[in-house]
Amino acid sequence: MQGMALTPAAPERARLSQRLARRGFDVTTLLLLPALLFVMALFVYPAIYGLWLSLHPMNGGGALANYINFFSDAYKYDTIFTTLKLAIPVTLVNLLISVPIALRVRHMRYQRILTTILIIPVTLGTVLTAQGMLNYLGPLGWFNRVLMLLGIIHEPVRLVHDFTGVFLSQIVGGFPFCFMLVLSYVTGIDPSLESAAAMLGAGPFARFRHIILPLLGAGLAITFCLAFVQAFAVFPSAVLLGAPSGPTRVIAIAAFHAAYEEYDYSMGSAVAIIMGAVQIIVVMLVMKASSLLYRGPVAGGKG
Amino acid sequence: MTFNNEMGARLWRLAIWVFIGFFIINLVGIIAAVVVDSFGTSWFNSWLPGGFTTSWYSQAWSSFQLGGVLLVTFEVAGAVLLGSALLGVPAAYALARRDFPGKRFVMLIFVLPLIIPPFTYGIPLASVLYKFGLGGTLTGVILANLMPSVPFVIFILVPFIEQIDPRVEAAARVFGAGTGALLRTVMVPLLVPGILAALLLVLVRTIGMFELTFLTAGPGSQTLVVELYYSVFAAGMRANQSIDAMAVIYMATSLICLVIALRFVDPTQIVGRAKRTAH
Repeated sequence: MQGMALTPAAPERARLSQRLARRGFDVTTLLLLPALLFVMALFVYPAIYGLWLSLHPMNGGGALANYINFFSDAYKYDTIFTTLKLAIPVTLVNLLISVPIALRVRHMRYQRILTTILIIPVTLGTVLTAQGMLNYLGPLGWFNRVLMLLGIIHEPVRLVHDFTGVFLSQIVGGFPFCFMLVLSYVTGIDPSLESAAAMLGAGPFARFRHIILPLLGAGLAITFCLAFVQAFAVFPSAVLLGAPSGPTRVIAIAAFHAAYEEYDYSMGSAVAIIMGAVQIIVVMLVMKASSLLYRGPVAGGKG
Repeated sequence: MTFNNEMGARLWRLAIWVFIGFFIINLVGIIAAVVVDSFGTSWFNSWLPGGFTTSWYSQAWSSFQLGGVLLVTFEVAGAVLLGSALLGVPAAYALARRDFPGKRFVMLIFVLPLIIPPFTYGIPLASVLYKFGLGGTLTGVILANLMPSVPFVIFILVPFIEQIDPRVEAAARVFGAGTGALLRTVMVPLLVPGILAALLLVLVRTIGMFELTFLTAGPGSQTLVVELYYSVFAAGMRANQSIDAMAVIYMATSLICLVIALRFVDPTQIVGRAKRTAH
């Protein structure tokens, strides 16, 4: 009986697996599943859970109570602008310095030495950089000493426990990140395009304006977005190097404060979601602007 | 006219080198200030400390219980390495070799944890871990650190696998190798350099990963970088030299891993993965 029941089913199943295999689903594709399930469980599920949690306020008051609370309290919603005021200038400065340097360095023979030095602050991370900068940029630190020795200033300038400290630490960590991304885009541009333009009489500025910039546009927009979201989520240096209750009270501090100091995970999740939403909005604006400025092949020479 | 252009180009080149030099000098200054202070006896209003000593290291070692912290750090890093290899390598193979409907969606799921900063998704992740009783435990810290490492390994390995000739695998299949045997005896040996590179980068990233560990760790599951944060945060409780000694131990740990990693990979890969993934 069993045999009879299975016989007609077997070819059917084979056909199904063959059909699936033709579309790309076979045993090999299944190797993907553990990793996919893992990321689903620890990234997608927490994101959905966080949204659900933020809509169920700890102290009651309707689904949107946390969001209403955030946007009606100036001390809370001001963190968005504080963070934007830090993140946008830092990202622009890092990007604007990176482009000319990357254009210069791509012709260099010992490129690897420079990239190795620049990867050090990225590796050491913001906490160590913060401790180093507290020593180095402090009122008795070497930086102020050198400036006084050179007669540029007469008394130490305040560089830490202030907006400046956080800004500088975001350059120390962010510039190498931007530079390496821009460098990898720049090296993707065929140098013969520039030689051709130079032969036809284009000066350095014209070559940059008409050849490099259009080819680099999309890459610069992506670099801006990646660097911006990192800068927008700044936390350790804003606490250690800045004035975390005043000029550098960034949105990550507000989220941390709600979740870990007031033990209100619902509000903490709401602030984290607002943080993510602001990042998405800025990224979408930048991508939109870059597609309006330049439409055409992203890379490649024949465009 | 030509002369002016020549001068302008030279000045421009000079300006770029001056900036690079200025950046590197300050970077060296920031790091050297920590190292010098950690060996100094007392350092107030002078260029260098009054005298030199190594006593801050023994003090930092005992007062911060660094032995235990280092053990936790390497337990977390080891577990993350193992987990990201077991989950990441098979998934990278599947993504490199198969095209299937929904692949773009899967890629998107894997890209997001890499481009969204950890602090944005860390709080919801931590609340899920706390919900299941894993918050503040070593397991929770390992899971949280493993999360971005798995996609990271995948995106480093996919191009490595794509450049291996599929006919090598076809030949193995002809001789009767199943998927398991194929992975074990053909693909993994060919992929060892790629896997090694990816795992070394994961090691460097895990040691330096502040945000996720900070948000999920409790007493007894804090790694070195989180311990460093707390001691800088509570500066004034202990001598600054003692904190700097701990910072030097952290720096040495991650720089040694970095130096080993750089023997196998190009530095741009450490941030460059974003370029491939962001398209």
